[in-house]
Amino acid sequence: MAEKIEGSPGYAPGTRVSTKDIVENKITYTWWEPEVQYSWSLGQAMSKFLTGLKKGKILGRTCIKCDRVLVPPRMFCEYCYGPTDAWIELKDTGTIETYSISYLDSDARRIKKPILIGVISIDGASPQHGFMHYFGEMSEKDIHIGMRVKAVWKSPKDREGAITDIKYFKPLEGGEKK
Amino acid sequence: MNDVAIIGGGMTVFQRRLKETGKELSYLATKMALEEAGITKKDIDMVVMGSAPDAFDGIHQKGENLLDGAAGAGKPYVRVFNGGGTGVFAPIAGWWHVASGVADIALVVCEEKMGNCYPHPQTAFRHIWDPILDRPLSPNLVWLFAMEMNRYMTKYNIKKEDIARVAVKNKRNAVGHPCAQLPDENITIEDVLNSEMMAWPVQRLDISPPSDGASALIFCSKDKVRQFTDDPVWVDGVGWNIDSTMWTNRDLSFPRYVANAARMAYKMAGIHNPRKEIDFAEPYDPFDYKELHHMEGLLLCNKGEAPILTREGVTERDGNMPMCPSGGLLGVGNPIAATMGQKICELYWQLAGKAGKRQIPTDPMVGVGQAWGDIMQMATVAVLRRG
Repeated sequence: MAEKIEGSPGYAPGTRVSTKDIVENKITYTWWEPEVQYSWSLGQAMSKFLTGLKKGKILGRTCIKCDRVLVPPRMFCEYCYGPTDAWIELKDTGTIETYSISYLDSDARRIKKPILIGVISIDGASPQHGFMHYFGEMSEKDIHIGMRVKAVWKSPKDREGAITDIKYFKPLEGGEKK
Repeated sequence: MNDVAIIGGGMTVFQRRLKETGKELSYLATKMALEEAGITKKDIDMVVMGSAPDAFDGIHQKGENLLDGAAGAGKPYVRVFNGGGTGVFAPIAGWWHVASGVADIALVVCEEKMGNCYPHPQTAFRHIWDPILDRPLSPNLVWLFAMEMNRYMTKYNIKKEDIARVAVKNKRNAVGHPCAQLPDENITIEDVLNSEMMAWPVQRLDISPPSDGASALIFCSKDKVRQFTDDPVWVDGVGWNIDSTMWTNRDLSFPRYVANAARMAYKMAGIHNPRKEIDFAEPYDPFDYKELHHMEGLLLCNKGEAPILTREGVTERDGNMPMCPSGGLLGVGNPIAATMGQKICELYWQLAGKAGKRQIPTDPMVGVGQAWGDIMQMATVAVLRRG
């Protein structure tokens, strides 16, 4: 057992090992690589939203009771807990609510050219209602919260009904006014 | 409801990789808690296991895998889980087992082995993102915190060096903790500001490490507690709250769900003015900015004021309102659910006067611990008081 010290916890049981110990077979271990696939049906709201993206449109859903225009759209409102009311076509412009400049890929591997990522509130939706996406045609120095941006779409033939039908958001020409 | 006391705690060393299995780690932490309480397995009425996503350990429904190590065999046993919130939610569940009267003595064990997952636990974190809107963008979990941190910094005009100060304080506090993974008595603000950029504004030393580890606590009814101690530490209030999953529709600059959970716990504890009535806190600090964010969410200061109090030294171990005297997740390590060791075991040890080198010098009476999880939406809070 580990050395006894004053106070609690009075000792610290457990055996520290390093990655090197594993690579060099200094400790015994076993290994497993799961192979599993999933498919998700997209449901009512997302099917319509992604079909809209395929047509180059950003669609929202209204909740009259809460006076909200919801993006991403949903068929029920999480606050008043009633059904939402109608589909509404929004602009493909918006404002950067927050962002990050990422030097990590999705496996936490380091990348040299950073990814610009953030949340865009979409014009015509309620304040701070929008989704996450990439930014492009701007430098790490230019990007800022409050920046006005516009969607850059894939060509119609390349769209597949996915969030990636928008390639990224670029600076909106004509300044910062909403 | 019955009054509930804590009579024993334990935790293993926290480290990026430990040789022991999750079951063995659970056993080691549980044994320590039993020893401190002066009881054995047969005295335990019921067991609660807290452990975060199965994908880290790589064992689906891992509560079942861990139960023998957690003294659960042959007893009423349940695993609870709400992501990073589990480290305080599991002791809340232990509290209600006793408060409800169904158990006199409940054991809570929290376990995590993130080191099992390759190439990195981040790979498993990919699977918590929404599969329709988020995953096609190949996100990394650090993005979430980078975006929240940026929103918080921008809204309140906070400098990075005032956030880095938290990492320095906690890694220095961890020097007195025998289980600590990243204690560093010489770390400086410059070290944090010069560390590798991960996802701006998050740098390497802004983040707590992935870890293996386990912790345990024993909860006891008022009727039985005098058999074990003359100076019980009481659980005075608990609270939990979760915000909408639609995180891109929320203002990330203030964690309102933390405030909701804190109000619930303070009301139960009869606390009307938390800034005056709470002596110290263990806010959840997987990132340095989160300690500040959570101080504000816990209503221990005004919005945007936490960095100023930190700069003024108020949150140091010998300050007026010590934060993370354990060394927190930043200094001791972040085996997700097992951080009960810093967030609740530490409150207990501090209030019982058992914290050794980490003991707060001002004789604290009341402490609050908090955890945070899911997609920036879950808060779990507990208030402890010396009897």
